[in-house]
Amino acid sequence: MATKASAGVTDHSEGTEGVRRRDFLNVAAVSFAGMGVVAVALPLISQMNPPADVLALASTEVDISKIASGQAIKTIWRKQPVFIRNLTPAEIQAANAVPMSDLRDPQSLAERTKPGKANWLITMGVCTHLGCIPLGTGEGENRGPFGGYFCPCHGSAYDTAARIRQGPAPRNLDVPEYEFVSDTTVRIG
Amino acid sequence: MSFSWAKPYEPKHPFMKWLDERLPLPRLAWGSVGGGYPVPRNLNYFWNFGFLAGLFLTIQIVTGIVLAMWYFASADGAFNSVEHIMRDVNAGWAMRYAHMNGASFFFIAVYIHIFRGLYYGSYKAPRELVWMLGLVIYLLMMATAFMGYVLPWGQMSYWGAQVITGFFSAFPLVGEPIRVWLLGGYAPDQAALTRFFSLHYLLPFVIAAVVILHIWALHIPGSGNPTGVDVKDEKDTLPFHPFYTAKDGWATAAFVLVYALFVYFAPNYMGHPDNYIPANPLATPAHIVPEWYFWPFYAILRAFTVDFILPAKLWGVLAMFGSILLLFFLPWLDKSPVRSGSYRPVFKRFFWLLVVDILILGYCGGAPATPLYVGLSQLAAAYYFAHFLIILPLISKFETPLPLPNSISESVLHGEKKEAAPVGAPAHSTTVAG
Amino acid sequence: MLFLLRASKYVVGAAFAGVLLLSFYIGVSTVISSPPAATAEEEFHLHPKHLSLSSDGPFGKFDKQQLQRGYQVYKEVCAACHSMSLVAYHDLEGLGYNEAEIKAEAAQHDVPAINPETGEPSTRKALPSDHFPSPYANETAARGANNNALPPDLSLMTKARHGGAAYVYSILTGYKNQQGYKNEKGEVLLEKFPTAKTPGGLHFNPYFANLNLAMPPPLTQDGQVTYAPGNPKPTVDQMAKDVSAFLVWTAEPKLERRHATGIAVAIFLLFATVFAYLAYQNIWREQKAKVRVTGALEPENQAKSRRAKGKAGIAG
Repeated sequence: MATKASAGVTDHSEGTEGVRRRDFLNVAAVSFAGMGVVAVALPLISQMNPPADVLALASTEVDISKIASGQAIKTIWRKQPVFIRNLTPAEIQAANAVPMSDLRDPQSLAERTKPGKANWLITMGVCTHLGCIPLGTGEGENRGPFGGYFCPCHGSAYDTAARIRQGPAPRNLDVPEYEFVSDTTVRIG
Repeated sequence: MSFSWAKPYEPKHPFMKWLDERLPLPRLAWGSVGGGYPVPRNLNYFWNFGFLAGLFLTIQIVTGIVLAMWYFASADGAFNSVEHIMRDVNAGWAMRYAHMNGASFFFIAVYIHIFRGLYYGSYKAPRELVWMLGLVIYLLMMATAFMGYVLPWGQMSYWGAQVITGFFSAFPLVGEPIRVWLLGGYAPDQAALTRFFSLHYLLPFVIAAVVILHIWALHIPGSGNPTGVDVKDEKDTLPFHPFYTAKDGWATAAFVLVYALFVYFAPNYMGHPDNYIPANPLATPAHIVPEWYFWPFYAILRAFTVDFILPAKLWGVLAMFGSILLLFFLPWLDKSPVRSGSYRPVFKRFFWLLVVDILILGYCGGAPATPLYVGLSQLAAAYYFAHFLIILPLISKFETPLPLPNSISESVLHGEKKEAAPVGAPAHSTTVAG
Repeated sequence: MLFLLRASKYVVGAAFAGVLLLSFYIGVSTVISSPPAATAEEEFHLHPKHLSLSSDGPFGKFDKQQLQRGYQVYKEVCAACHSMSLVAYHDLEGLGYNEAEIKAEAAQHDVPAINPETGEPSTRKALPSDHFPSPYANETAARGANNNALPPDLSLMTKARHGGAAYVYSILTGYKNQQGYKNEKGEVLLEKFPTAKTPGGLHFNPYFANLNLAMPPPLTQDGQVTYAPGNPKPTVDQMAKDVSAFLVWTAEPKLERRHATGIAVAIFLLFATVFAYLAYQNIWREQKAKVRVTGALEPENQAKSRRAKGKAGIAG
């Protein structure tokens, strides 16, 4: 619409229609700016996530052929300790004999191992209380009153199935995702 | 500043009133970039570049902080940590390219901003301190950019550090001890790298503080304008918000579009391939050149080839620093009371000659030091010093400026150049209706 | 005192300008009296040949099949001397390989390791998380095996040289016999610069800046690498193109992602600019309309004003 530039009077004929068009333009411009800010913020936040090389180390394969019955090893997965123990038949029996009602975090040994591989107990080596590494994997280490693992920091005691029996820890030692690639190799994660 | 018609801040919402009584930040924002800061109504697009420079400072700080989460300042690991960012970190390539090109665009905005100041006399009274604070910002930017370029520890990073720190050894007696003190060693190595990282992280915040002083100093007299004529009354100004927020908004979108085209489609165009080679103290690159924004000064440095009382190397270093330091004296070198180049025909011609001269210096700085380019640099550098130290003082003494308009509003509202009533000439009509 | 202060600017300006003009004068007289001699490198160096790859341009994409061929050429020809330490096996999914293929590929290579029982240095099969192993243990070993020349790491080669992939392609296909070699002007190299004869142990290649390269021609005959069926024939030219394309990927594995994001960002910013500009015009409309004429204009401005009014449909 032509504006009457030579008159000294402001032209109101654009009126409400013009106001609505004006508002829309301003709103459109500001909302594009807002979208832009969000679009920029997203990669700035996502870049803090683990990078590709850390994600590539998200699973590890471990050779378990050298672990004799009754022995355990410590290994590393995602920069944290993992306990791999070859349970003796006595230890398996002791674990199965415990009634569920005695357990703070009820789980059977079968739930914590793979079918047909009940002797292989693979758990995180991180106490579920405040994160110390429990004793019991090495020769001569204190295995606590329940014959499993014992955390020296605050006295949490785990049984032969690495379930919490005594002390402040709330949960059994976590069982990570794993699978048997072969009889001698386990892939964790 | 003391514009009596500036709209006062009047908080309506109870929370805003509560806040205003305790910590008047919204009042500060209103008065400096809001509806309460009157700005001359006739600003052209050269006035957008101050805001753009501030925007790119922010972009550099944000992308820089993010990069610092992944960068590893070790002589063995720095190069690989940058490549780790490029390849493995989520959107790392975007952060790195944004930061790399953000530096270039920061300098582009600042250079246009400086040339605006030179043409329109923004350095003249009462804005001398605004100008000098701006020069301090520029020097800090150059230090920050230099140290930042060393961090990836590529060939140019290392050898650039060698050359620049080598300047100090040009000074007799104290030069070499200062150089070794700066580096923490005899050559750029682990010590230099870690301290450059520390200072590179620190200086942008110092720049931000000086920027606040720079804007504060400006807001005392208020913004200049293309005519150089002072603001006289309300007719001459418009509130910063919404008029200049809108103008800055669209110009920002356009400038950022150009920036994005470089970041996403030509991210290495302004860089040098040699910096993708890990630093090797035993192999000098064929041509050591700094980043493009240092090229004019590099040309001045290399232009001095003859010992005359002082060794050529010392002349080069003195001239290189001198070329920036003389700018601090500009308000007293150019004492013409007329601010804007639009009304100074002789000054205007020499100004454009200066622009061409600096472009030539820039081109020569990036070229190999063959007799042709060194010769050109010598002539161009001679003109540079003559321009500021001899020509400008003489012009301001002897030039007859064009007649200035009575006021900003008259120069705008009459619309036609010849209609703007000159000071003292009979005007067609002095009353402006509405 | 004040006079000295005021005069100092002229003195300083004259001093700098004077020394510069003196340097210029001496420089010019030197060039005239003893003009710098032309060098073999200046006269006979060739700029890279033209190479067009699918990854060129803002819409460029990788040709994954070509990348796979290029990787094969790298493995079978270049990896004997050149490391590629920034690329990891898991990165190969960018070439179109799946997880199982990558695991198998990695397992074909050995990386340095420590024997877990004795602690002695040994090797183990590479995992996908490992980077490509270097053919040499360290720089000294590399130089020892290559006549004191160090074969550079190839990960960033196309970003680390002017000309990029075209440069790599030109070097690989640009070896020439120095005897009788002529440049475009028809000058014979060895006649014009007899001292530029290629020293023993180096090889003449005019695409290289110094004309004589320590690397012997790596691609010497067609079929040096056997491509799988469904691929073009492995001529020297084809192998050189393929490995150059592969090196573009190793230098910039995120290229496609960068281009795609760039297009989206550019379109968004274009819309943002247009909207922002319209909003700006919107806000300024009244102020810009205040340009108003008072009294009679100069004749040329009267004509301008008539034209503007005519356009706006205003009478008078």
